[in-house]
Amino acid sequence: MKRMSWFNTVSLTLGFAFLYVPMLILVIYSFNESKLVTVWAGFSTKWYGTLLQNEAFLNAAWVTIKVAVMSSTIATVLGTMAAYVLVRGGRFMGRTLFSGMIYAPLVMPEVITGLSLLLLFIGIGLDRGVLTIVLAHTTFSMCYVSVVVSSRLVTFDKSLEEAALDLGCSPAQAFRLVTLPIIAPAVISGWLLAFTLSLDDLVIASFTSGPAATTLPIKIYSAVRLGVSPEINALSTLMIAIVTFGVIVTSLINKRQMVRQKRDEQTAERS
Amino acid sequence: MRRFTLIAIPYVWLLALFLVPFAIVLKISLSDVALARPPYAPHFDWATGIWAFLAELDFENFVWLTEDDLYWKAYLSSLKIAFVSTVLTLLVGYPMAYAMARAPQEWRATLMMLVILPFWTSFLIRVYAWMGILSNEGLLNQFLMWTGVISEPLVILNTNTAVYIGIVYTYLPFMILPIYAALERLDESLIEAAEDLGCSRFTAFWLVTIPLSKAGIIAGSFLVFIPVLGEFVIPSLLGGSDTLMIGKVLWEEFFSNRDWPVASAVAVVLLLLLIIPIVLFQRNQQKQQEADQ
Repeated sequence: MKRMSWFNTVSLTLGFAFLYVPMLILVIYSFNESKLVTVWAGFSTKWYGTLLQNEAFLNAAWVTIKVAVMSSTIATVLGTMAAYVLVRGGRFMGRTLFSGMIYAPLVMPEVITGLSLLLLFIGIGLDRGVLTIVLAHTTFSMCYVSVVVSSRLVTFDKSLEEAALDLGCSPAQAFRLVTLPIIAPAVISGWLLAFTLSLDDLVIASFTSGPAATTLPIKIYSAVRLGVSPEINALSTLMIAIVTFGVIVTSLINKRQMVRQKRDEQTAERS
Repeated sequence: MRRFTLIAIPYVWLLALFLVPFAIVLKISLSDVALARPPYAPHFDWATGIWAFLAELDFENFVWLTEDDLYWKAYLSSLKIAFVSTVLTLLVGYPMAYAMARAPQEWRATLMMLVILPFWTSFLIRVYAWMGILSNEGLLNQFLMWTGVISEPLVILNTNTAVYIGIVYTYLPFMILPIYAALERLDESLIEAAEDLGCSRFTAFWLVTIPLSKAGIIAGSFLVFIPVLGEFVIPSLLGGSDTLMIGKVLWEEFFSNRDWPVASAVAVVLLLLLIIPIVLFQRNQQKQQEADQ
């Protein structure tokens, strides 16, 4: 085992300090007694109390979660279909346009996506609200899902599907019994990605939401524009805690699965 | 039949919610502004047909963009900010990716997760975190004054410096990951060979490591440059009134001035601006894939 050179150690330490200290400060100051966010006045959890009584924030959080669950679920179904069509669909008319439409939203500036969807919704006379945000979020996150799922589909052995078909499965059965279990981890990470993208989105939601439906990022943005506030610090801390917990749990599950898979493969080789 | 449905559902969805909206933006960018709801006078009328439409097409809004200084400056300054912050992100990200790739094998997964974790946390919150640090009474100024480096607080928040810090901070993972992927595959015996053949450590790094990680550097740079060009949140929260970025201009044109035709024209030009880097990026990725196979 080789040791790290001092240069590498220093650049990693400084780099990770740069990435994590700002968030750490945010978390520490959410427990600050004082309303002045820059002056430390002793430990207190009172901002969490006021946050939980702030109905506007709670409502916005509820709208955000509803939108995220709906849009990521629809996006996962559509994205998986799109990935399957791209990888296994063979040639069909307009395939280039289709793959273009899958990849373009990934590099499209959010302001343009938001503006164009808003103009569409106004054009067809659809009232802006939860439905329009769900439609908007589904559209861009299905592209992310299809990229994640198609990268898994590309690497897996097509002969497994063919074997299932030879043994008398219908295409739908082959998909459900063979393909889906194999690509399941990619489908799940696609869903998680779509869910986080939707939770996180400010720009597209600002364009496509109406007065009836305000999401949490919109609420945070309008509060933050006036300056730093301890309540937002508390809210940020809660969000950071939830995400960290989620990422750690999923990575532990993934790791366990990988270990199990490796063990299974070794047993299979031995026998 | 089943195959047809499978293709048709996502296809129609994307046509209706991705391509059609673009056509609308294009159309409105060629319309006149009007004091109505929606605030533009449509030019296209199915009744008069497409030829009548083409005959009276007017590029008024685009001419307006070239005449008003604001838009030129905003486009140029977006390009400048995107370019400078890409270089800065590369300077911060490369040493980190390099150190990660040279770290002991059993640490790498953890280091990788530490780079990805901020990516899952809210973008808005990560930008917001800097507002408290960079403000006049913020922690950075408090710290610098306490150490005696400065006696007057530095004005950082609401300047371009704050925008650069925010961009490097939020886009760092996009730079690190492709470079790390390139460096991790690099065969270390190549560097040893270069050193055996008389290269100094630095020349070996310059002549072997950098060229072999070129694909990662290019991919990472585009992954930062392209989204930063249309960035809105960072210039609006960390930048000042003199921070001109095209995403912010579009937003203000739409929400504050309610000039939809001009906002749409700005969107069309921004898109044209993006096509070149996107095509270059695509080509780089394709070359990379071919090299891998």
